[in-house]
Amino acid sequence: MGIAVNPLALDFMQRALVAALLVGLAAPAVGVFLVQRRMALMGDGIGHIALTGVALGFLLGTAPVLTAVVVATIGAVVIELVRQSGRTSGDVALALMFYGGIAGGVLLIGLSSDGTNANLLAYLFGSLTSVSPTDVVVISALSGVLLLTVAVVGRELFAVCHDEEYARVAGLPVRTLNILLAVMAAVTVTVAMRVVGLLLVSALMVVPVATAQQLVRGFRATVLVALGSGVLASLSGVIGSYYADTAPGAMIVVVALGFFLLASTAGVVVRRRRPVPA
Amino acid sequence: MSAVVQVRGASVAYDRRPALSDIDLTVTTGEVVAVLGANGSGKSTLVRMLLGLVPLTGGSVSLFGTPLGRFSDWPRIGYVPQRVGAATGVPATVREVVASGRLPRMSRLRRATAADRAAVDRALEVVGLLERAELSVGTLSGGQQQRVLIARALTCEPALLVLDEPTSGVDLASQAALADALRLLVDSGVTVINVAHELGPMHALVTRAITLADGRVLHDGPPPEPDHLHLHDPEHAHPPHAAPPAPSAWGLL
Repeated sequence: MGIAVNPLALDFMQRALVAALLVGLAAPAVGVFLVQRRMALMGDGIGHIALTGVALGFLLGTAPVLTAVVVATIGAVVIELVRQSGRTSGDVALALMFYGGIAGGVLLIGLSSDGTNANLLAYLFGSLTSVSPTDVVVISALSGVLLLTVAVVGRELFAVCHDEEYARVAGLPVRTLNILLAVMAAVTVTVAMRVVGLLLVSALMVVPVATAQQLVRGFRATVLVALGSGVLASLSGVIGSYYADTAPGAMIVVVALGFFLLASTAGVVVRRRRPVPA
Repeated sequence: MSAVVQVRGASVAYDRRPALSDIDLTVTTGEVVAVLGANGSGKSTLVRMLLGLVPLTGGSVSLFGTPLGRFSDWPRIGYVPQRVGAATGVPATVREVVASGRLPRMSRLRRATAADRAAVDRALEVVGLLERAELSVGTLSGGQQQRVLIARALTCEPALLVLDEPTSGVDLASQAALADALRLLVDSGVTVINVAHELGPMHALVTRAITLADGRVLHDGPPPEPDHLHLHDPEHAHPPHAAPPAPSAWGLL
């Protein structure tokens, strides 16, 4: 790549940046509820399962994004049902699904005619050139729906994730809200996989939230700071990966982790200056 | 006096192991009922059954004259669950947690009104946490976090307040603060059902005590004298009840 070329003038870079902006907003907005209920790794598991969906798309010759949405959603709902059943074996059941998802994905891609190792890597760690004009439309629509849903039922999701039993006595539709959150997580994973990749998508749902926690003490404030740092990390990660010629997912996550380190250092200072509550 | 809670021959089982058997109970408006008993006697299960959190295996429960299955007037009920703390994986301010208790009274899809905010302020004031409203819940003491959960239950201005061991692991000063807060509510006509290991400073408020042992009502009447409280603890007074009953099926072996 020529150094003289302005990356912002390139069509594929413009598409990648739009996608990164939307993913940087949507991933932490949904991820904050997963972190709140201490299921930070759920996005990771869904990402594993979505790989089977991607491979299925290759095999059937349909758009991998569509099959990934379907398979990831089914997986997420099953995870939620296992969690609701409260079985101690649920932990192992989840592990089986996650490994099954990765293995199934690699296997099916190997069987399909246009599936190559390069294709697989693009889905696992993201790829700048893989964001097609159609992808931008799909990503815009889905992340718009996600952000709107968080804005509308955010209060209810907060109550359910904070104290599920209390939410039931308060008369909230707890089961419906839980399933809704699982579907939202699945859609987030699929939306983000083009830019961040399925193996790193969960990081963008969790790391900005962890970063925000170092600096603020309220939930709303955490969400706002997480959205800001998520957008900053994904935009600068995409631009950085253009110059370094690396997978954008890896660069985005490294930048996000850098923000976390800065924030946790700053957080120590902030907390020292706060009055100690009696 | 109308019945707030009516229980008829109710039973609850966990994995076919009976936790409550044949409970009859009527609580009327304005009563302050303490549910006492040793660990494992079924105290928590009793209130969880009243709220529909554990399914009945027999009998019936009505709230405010409506069978539990058809009851939908949840804003009339304030619930303080048994919790170690009020914090979760993401920080939240005291005000945010307390405000989530107002949801049942708020119209969906609409922003909080001035009345909603006033209700949250009032609840914070009752438990004495108004000046700490913007602090992170996780930085408060155990007793203060308990008060946050009580304030959350108060924001929907309930007619029945159900508390599950609100004073367990709470220092004596906070227990006194809790008793003062409850006094205000009782004076305004709220019915209270309070699960407790021991009553402590709440004793003066209680109008009726129900003691459970092995999932059955052992005693139902005026609260025990504070000095002799421990005598009414079935673990001390009735050691045979503390032992689990021999499963009858074993006789077949």
